[in-house]
Amino acid sequence: MSELSVDHLLGIKYLNKADIELIFNTADHFKEVINRPIKKVPSLRDITIANLFFENSTRTKLSFELAEKRLSADVLNFSSAQSSVKKGETLIDTVNNILSMKVDMVVMRHPSPGAGVFLSKHVKASIINAGDGAHEHPTQALLDSFSIREKLGSVRGKKVVIVGDILHSRVALSNIYALQLQGAEVMVCGPKTLIPKFIDKLGVMVETNLRTALNWCDVANMLRVQNERMDVSYFPSTREYTQQFGVNKVLLDSLDKDIVIMHPGPINRGVEITSDVADSKQSIILDQVQNGVAVRMAVIYLLASKIKQ
Amino acid sequence: MSQKVLLNAKEVNIILHRLACQLIEKHTDFSNTVLIGLQPRGIYLANRIAKILKEDYNIRQISLGYLDITFYRDDFRRGDKTLAANTTEINFIVEGKNVVFIDDVLYTGRSIRAALTAIQSFGRPNEIELLALIDRRFSRHLPIQPDYMGRQVDVINEEKVKVNWIENDKEDAVYLIEK
Repeated sequence: MSELSVDHLLGIKYLNKADIELIFNTADHFKEVINRPIKKVPSLRDITIANLFFENSTRTKLSFELAEKRLSADVLNFSSAQSSVKKGETLIDTVNNILSMKVDMVVMRHPSPGAGVFLSKHVKASIINAGDGAHEHPTQALLDSFSIREKLGSVRGKKVVIVGDILHSRVALSNIYALQLQGAEVMVCGPKTLIPKFIDKLGVMVETNLRTALNWCDVANMLRVQNERMDVSYFPSTREYTQQFGVNKVLLDSLDKDIVIMHPGPINRGVEITSDVADSKQSIILDQVQNGVAVRMAVIYLLASKIKQ
Repeated sequence: MSQKVLLNAKEVNIILHRLACQLIEKHTDFSNTVLIGLQPRGIYLANRIAKILKEDYNIRQISLGYLDITFYRDDFRRGDKTLAANTTEINFIVEGKNVVFIDDVLYTGRSIRAALTAIQSFGRPNEIELLALIDRRFSRHLPIQPDYMGRQVDVINEEKVKVNWIENDKEDAVYLIEK
């Protein structure tokens, strides 16, 4: 198996287990590449990639841009803040205008769920979803699993709890799909108001007591409370949230075992996770960031190889 | 599909020893030399040469690495298949060293072209040489020639040269396969 089953990366939902294995095996090679004195390979020198960010991003945008440049692709950057989107241009028009400049691949973040799927049906380019609303963020889930695989040897059979704002999180949904595809057990934990109804239909366990969840798991993926997506109050106060769902060193040290702490960033230090936990030996937060570049290189490389000349 | 033996195990063994001796003639104690086997098939030859140098000629310190050229190939997106990578393993500094590329069959020269680019990511070597077990002459697409060569063969383009290694294919032998 040396080819992805898909032409776009729109969500983990569209991938199969072999796709994920192929992406990880390729990412292993790219991780070696980005630790060389010269961290660049010429594979994609005839490919042009547009990064369309209709929503704010620091890490993901930098990570994609770096991955593209390390593969020698030409990169166009676009963010909606300084664009004609504000003048009333539609998404298809914006993208087709960019594609008429001979762009082969589009990396898009958009506030509307399904924007990537919509685009893939209407434009001729390979689409990578870099986050669509509260729906999916496939490359984040891939780099999370890749980091678990690196730290614990494999994802299969591991117990992973996703803690926090599950309701507004695209990272949570993509992670659930990705982890289950690889044979991990998944639990979500958070205030009842931030856990979507019927999430147990996805085959995940639901827990509202953080200590119980942490004692169960091998890995805890701490999510940020997405205040910007909240139109009403979902919990009484940040302080109360932290007391019930924040991880601190005392809690971590009182567990029966050493669990792995992850966070997709950006961290709200002192809210979902304290500084001493984020910077502790159990945390692989910065490994996740480094792996993000390797995994994105793998995804871009594998999708680009399916673009016919 | 028919196949013809180009070299048998005994002939391969004699050639490997000759190549090892030619390397010693040039590189003496290998203190400033590194051997780089090219993935995927060149690594068996590289391992074997390194083993002969160590065991039969008492060269104590051999730096041996493997280089994968997948991401440097010039036929990305030109075939039907995605090019799958292999492991690169170079645990030493290449800067200022005399590098010997080792591959089983030299054909169009495009892999070597890619390897010449790839090795630059690990520093600036003093010089680079090429050792190939089989040289398919008259089939080069680029001006690349081997410095050390096992056997030169004339093969038409529809034919394939297959090198078998005991580690992987149960025997040492070189075949000419007609498709």
